[in-house]
Amino acid sequence: MAAGVATWLPFARAAAVGWLPLAQKTMPKPPVDKKSRSDEILFVNVSGLRFQTWKNTLDRYPDTLLGSSEKEFFYNEETQEYFFDRDPEMFRHILNFFRTGKLHYPRHECIQAFEEELAFYGIIPEIIGDCCMEEYRDRKKENQERLAEDTEAENAGDAPLPPGATLRERLWRAFENPHTSTMALVFYYVTGFFIAVSVIANVVETVPCRPIKGSIKDLPCGEKFSVAFFCMDTACVLIFSFEYLMRLYAAPSRCDFARSVMSVIDVVAILPFYIGLVMPENEEVSGAFVTLRVFRVFRIFKFSRHSQGLRILGCTLQSCASELGFLLFSLTMAVIIFATVMFYAEKGTKGTNFTSIPASFWYTIVTMTTLGYGDMVPDSIAGKIFGSICSLSGVLVIALPVPVIVSNFSRIYHQNQRADKMRAQQKVRQARIRMAKKGATNAFLQHKEDGGLQDGDSGSTALCVKNRSAFEHQHHHLLHCLEKTTNHEFTDEVTYSEVCMTDSVGFRTSRSTSLSSQQGATTSCCSRRAKRRAIRLANSTVSVSRGSVQELDTLHITKTPAGTQYPQSRSSLNARTEDLKLNCDDYTAAIISIPTPPANTPDESLPNSPAIPGILRNSRSNTYNIQETVKISSL
Amino acid sequence: MGALMVIFSLQKDQRRKRTDSVEDELELSAVRHRPEGLEQLEALTRFNRKELQILYRGFKNECPSGVVNEDTFKDIYSQFFPQGDASKYAHFLFNAFDTNKDGSVSFEDFVMGLSILLRGSVQEKLNWAFNLYDINKDGYITKEEMLDIMKAIYDMMGKCTYPLVKDDTPRQHVELFFQKMDKNKDGVVTIDEFIDCCQNDENIMRSMQLFENVI
Repeated sequence: MAAGVATWLPFARAAAVGWLPLAQKTMPKPPVDKKSRSDEILFVNVSGLRFQTWKNTLDRYPDTLLGSSEKEFFYNEETQEYFFDRDPEMFRHILNFFRTGKLHYPRHECIQAFEEELAFYGIIPEIIGDCCMEEYRDRKKENQERLAEDTEAENAGDAPLPPGATLRERLWRAFENPHTSTMALVFYYVTGFFIAVSVIANVVETVPCRPIKGSIKDLPCGEKFSVAFFCMDTACVLIFSFEYLMRLYAAPSRCDFARSVMSVIDVVAILPFYIGLVMPENEEVSGAFVTLRVFRVFRIFKFSRHSQGLRILGCTLQSCASELGFLLFSLTMAVIIFATVMFYAEKGTKGTNFTSIPASFWYTIVTMTTLGYGDMVPDSIAGKIFGSICSLSGVLVIALPVPVIVSNFSRIYHQNQRADKMRAQQKVRQARIRMAKKGATNAFLQHKEDGGLQDGDSGSTALCVKNRSAFEHQHHHLLHCLEKTTNHEFTDEVTYSEVCMTDSVGFRTSRSTSLSSQQGATTSCCSRRAKRRAIRLANSTVSVSRGSVQELDTLHITKTPAGTQYPQSRSSLNARTEDLKLNCDDYTAAIISIPTPPANTPDESLPNSPAIPGILRNSRSNTYNIQETVKISSL
Repeated sequence: MGALMVIFSLQKDQRRKRTDSVEDELELSAVRHRPEGLEQLEALTRFNRKELQILYRGFKNECPSGVVNEDTFKDIYSQFFPQGDASKYAHFLFNAFDTNKDGSVSFEDFVMGLSILLRGSVQEKLNWAFNLYDINKDGYITKEEMLDIMKAIYDMMGKCTYPLVKDDTPRQHVELFFQKMDKNKDGVVTIDEFIDCCQNDENIMRSMQLFENVI
């Protein structure tokens, strides 16, 4: 029930006394009201901004947070007030709703934020007052469209194909997104070129060329070089037919494809040629055949696959269909009216051009669109008067729907621009988000590397362990618990793909550690303890080839599985330095600091250098010569 | 030419709007009503100060102009009976509350009516009810008046009832009522007959206490 209804309920109940003498049955007992009837002022503190209101005001809407007992959860005993940690500006509007019974939408606020506040306080947005409902709905629709674009851009065909794609799917993808593969791009440009060639040929065909020797008359080029043009035409049609058939084959839904506008255009573009082939050399039929040649000009519409602007224009016209229809209708009406008037006005004139009403149509149209060819001109005074009225009103009738069409076009154009920008930025955004996520995982993995999970002395962990917040501690503990539960361990993607790739034995000497370190390459090892004995990690050559510099600050220390000597391969500086068996082959160095790669590391047993706090030098060695490992990290 | 016509009509609209707005302003200013002071109302009614404050705050919130007109009254009352049509009964109620017959219920009317209904003696309540039923306020309840009231009440029920409300259900109810109340069978019920009869009816007497603690 609506707002102030609660206020009037006592009145309605009182008025029920009027039914009592008429009642045929006994009245039911009234509900016992235990609440104190007296009104009191409540204090509501929203992020420091204190509001005060009568309790009755809030009680008006018992199904909201503030009107029900739910607000007791937010009651602060010490300060004797209700504390909400929400936006105080928005709360103003919420409270006004309770006071006046009408919910208004503040125009300067983000619609999502507003809806979230409403959801928190238990108010449905449908009760926004009429004054603000329009604005709210428009903004909401706009927002939804924008979000839909975002998700669309995410799911756009730029996503890599699933590995098991059939030829058909690959072909279709190549057709729809030409920039995905070089072949597709080549094909795209080739067809574009041939469309242009075909259109130009059609045009040039009709240009008068110099006549052949012996003749005086100018010939159109098409007849002079008929063989050449025929060959060109054939080539183009062959290419177009081939393209059409390929598309038809590759289309996921052939019926839908056959019905789509583009395919219709394709068919119309190549049909005249085939019809011309099968048509007999008949005089009268060839007349019709010539008309068919006109359809060749439709090839120019094939450009819309290549040009986004054309598509936008088409889209605009589609969306403005009703306005265009109205324009057409009003024009037709005006044309008929004025043509009739002009015809009857000019009826009396001798030798007039206005021979019939349909003949006057031409005059009316030419005049209303302010063309004024002058081939038909009124003579009588009445004709001239009505002619001038016609031209004046013509301007108005045409000017009316044009702004609508223009605004539609601009809206769709901007939408497209936005979509394109979104797509372009999407990749960067996704990459950043991925990195942020990886940061968290990396932190955990590094934490493991640093031996934080060991029950060893915590004092030595101080050296290389970065500062971690309480949150991180707990988070890492949680991840560790999960590892224990499943008896598996977390690694990173590179390691994972490596493991997938190199499941075989084989290892290579890893002199190129220094190389990789110089390049600051990012590599990682598989840190699967379970597989440690079985798998020997690919060496740094592999890692070099993979050298993609990460733009992260985190150091990614990984361990090798080659734990022939020691089951655990945690080689941390702090922990038993004597046991530093080399397990870790690779490391990731941030680009910030490229650690000085000791070129002779692999074979030497380097003494640990704890002098440099947190610097661990890592050297790779093959699994057989397990030497000391010193990790290099960058802080 | 069309443009000229459009311009002319626009001007006419503007002129009309200007005169309208002036009238509207007059109307608005006339309808701002301030009630009597708290003390006077305390004397007139049986509510105490706090209760009057609460009542007034609610009233003023719903009707900032200080008075309720009949349409608002009907709207408010209809919200309590969404299934049926409460407008006719609301009309009768409005007339019962509007004691000075000026077409609007001010806060004083409202609060005095409530005082009778909630804090009044049984006699006063019955008086009020009689006043409600007596549409033309001539001191007699005729069968037609009662039928109107009854139909209005049954209208509030709407059509989804069990058992269904037939066409002559109100009439039958009126007959019942008159059988009970019309002692001298003269076809009308006077105030004395009414009060007498109600005081002798235990059910009615008991139900009169029902709404005592509404406020």
